[in-house]
Amino acid sequence: MSEADERAIVRSEIRWAVVAIAAVSVIMLAVIFAAIAMHINPPSNVERINPQDLHLSAEFTEANLGTKVEANGQITARIVATQFAFVPRCVVLPADRPVTLRFSSPDVIHGLLVSGTNVNTMVVPGYVSQVHTVLRKTGDLLMPCHEYCGLGHSEMSGTIRVVPSAQFRPGPDGRVACAAK
Amino acid sequence: MPQNRRLILAHLWVAFSVFVLAAALGVWQMWVRSPLAAPQDTPARYYQSVTGHGVSMAYVLTTFFIMGFGYFTAETALKTPLPSARWAWAGFWTALAGVAMTVAAILSGQASVLYTFYPPMTATPWFYVGLVLVVVGSWIWVAVMLVAMARFKRANPGAPVPLAMYATVANAIMWLWTTAGVSAEILFQILPAVFGWTQTIDVGLSRTLFSWTLHAIVYFWLFPAYIAFYTMAPRAAGGRLYSDTMGRLSFVLFLLYSLPVGMHHLFMDPEHSTGFKFIQMSLTALVSIPTLLTVFTISASMELAGRLRGGKGLFGWIKALPWERPMVLATGLAFFMLWFGGGGGLINMSYGMNAMVHNTAWVTAHFHLIFGGTVVIMYFAIAYEIWPSLTGRAPLSVATQRLQLWLWAIGMMVMTLPWHYLGLQGQWRRVASFNYADPRIGPWGPLVIVSLAGGVLLLVSAVMFVMNLLPRRAQVRLPEQGYSFALAVHPPQRVPAALNGFTVWNVLVAILMLVAYGFPILQFFIGNSPQAVIHPLTGG
Repeated sequence: MSEADERAIVRSEIRWAVVAIAAVSVIMLAVIFAAIAMHINPPSNVERINPQDLHLSAEFTEANLGTKVEANGQITARIVATQFAFVPRCVVLPADRPVTLRFSSPDVIHGLLVSGTNVNTMVVPGYVSQVHTVLRKTGDLLMPCHEYCGLGHSEMSGTIRVVPSAQFRPGPDGRVACAAK
Repeated sequence: MPQNRRLILAHLWVAFSVFVLAAALGVWQMWVRSPLAAPQDTPARYYQSVTGHGVSMAYVLTTFFIMGFGYFTAETALKTPLPSARWAWAGFWTALAGVAMTVAAILSGQASVLYTFYPPMTATPWFYVGLVLVVVGSWIWVAVMLVAMARFKRANPGAPVPLAMYATVANAIMWLWTTAGVSAEILFQILPAVFGWTQTIDVGLSRTLFSWTLHAIVYFWLFPAYIAFYTMAPRAAGGRLYSDTMGRLSFVLFLLYSLPVGMHHLFMDPEHSTGFKFIQMSLTALVSIPTLLTVFTISASMELAGRLRGGKGLFGWIKALPWERPMVLATGLAFFMLWFGGGGGLINMSYGMNAMVHNTAWVTAHFHLIFGGTVVIMYFAIAYEIWPSLTGRAPLSVATQRLQLWLWAIGMMVMTLPWHYLGLQGQWRRVASFNYADPRIGPWGPLVIVSLAGGVLLLVSAVMFVMNLLPRRAQVRLPEQGYSFALAVHPPQRVPAALNGFTVWNVLVAILMLVAYGFPILQFFIGNSPQAVIHPLTGG
């Protein structure tokens, strides 16, 4: 063992450190490329809203919830996450078009994912969580609450109903709701 | 031979007893989530159990093990008794009183908020007060470790602090920094709310403070495993540590980069901007470097040992290693699982890909693999290794130790591989039951049952572990023996002051924390930060 010269040891460690740093740099470059060129960033709009009168304030009042095609053509779904349901429970959205989902909570922390998509966000009381996506698959997608919100957490689940773009027909007020199945 | 054997054993026995109970709870939880009919299957029982499992594994097993192992290391590496056994016992009883209080709170059903709390949901005050006492007990341990190292340096001017002790103190200092976040959350936000002095809570702030703690605490748990890699495994393999300096450097890098990275738990949160998420992601990438350095240094140490034992060729040295020794076997299994767990961690860290896995079973799989597969398996190996010098008796036969370690590793892989896959399929976390009648969920059933089988193996292994350590009648008493840590190929005569103390590193931690968490915390004190009404779990 004594022939293992100390300087050789240090050299080998430095060589490896260079390899390790290079590997980590490649990963970081991939993340930066995805962020800048492909706009893959986490939902981070930092938009404050008072949770204590959420259902009385303008945007998340009952009449305003669900899917709406705005005057400029933008498609937005507004959903309240509350113990232990999403309101509305079902939301219709068109496939293959850019859509925006906006969530807020009047009570505790919730979270959600939409199965088979990259829609994933926390819903923290005091903030609006906003996700932009293009849904590729049609059908009823699961939208479960994925953050512990109390003893009824397991029951909290909603539906995103993705319909082919041609079948997405907003009413005169720009609104679309899930038809009873 | 350590002087305060009863002190060390008291800590380790609290850790291991709680561990076995928590393992049993874990198996029951998987049973409830599976398509099979389980007893006591109600959400209230389920979340009570998840809280008990998380608190026991994350706060009790780890903290008590680390304190006990720290006292052992201080006495054996520095070859002097602890500066104050009385304070050490005071820390033990404080923490144990905290555990009793927390367990009583969980048993009452008034504390099913999981070990990560989730305010504005709140539990009975005793749950939090108990946890504060556990932390206060651990702070006493930190003080004893700091004084022990300071006394050694005063008595041996210029001599290098032995690597095992240097690493233990690095962990103690990191723990002080780590606990600042959760302590602030509990003392300034949660306790005023649960005692009824305030009616609302700033949830963005509480999540941010908890995130301060949430990643570094994992490295607090991991440190003993790395201490064993550097200072126990090379000697157990019949060789020496390749480089003492790289060991010191790795531990310092852990101290630096474990802390300013906690926001990667908040990538999907709405209260932080992309910019700070990006900064903390970049720092998270850096924390993989000390692990990669460790993999290299320990593999090189093992290669030296293998070649000394006659191993030839590119891979012959691996075969020549004494795999029959529990410490060597555990190190090999831990490294194997670290590749999977660490690889998964790199995916979680990439903030674009995080959207695919956040709060799915993938994450549960990731941290069980790192915690169970790398941390706890090394706790087993350390216990087997130090037991003779603590009790004067060897643990049960080496063959049963090996069987126990193999069962643990196989159980961990059988449990977590299906979880990883299910997570990618979108199986979400923290639910007491799935509706397997739903055709979108039904196909998950068989894999959930496979993971339950892995859990059963883990429970068998956990019980075997404690049986291996229990004293038995007619057991041969060994002659009194000390414990020696592994020597380096070139044991250091002198080390640079920076690698023999922590002053400069503490300054760097402070700067990094200011950059990473300064504005993210300050923003909650600017303008009208939203306040959420507190929600007592059981209606107050």
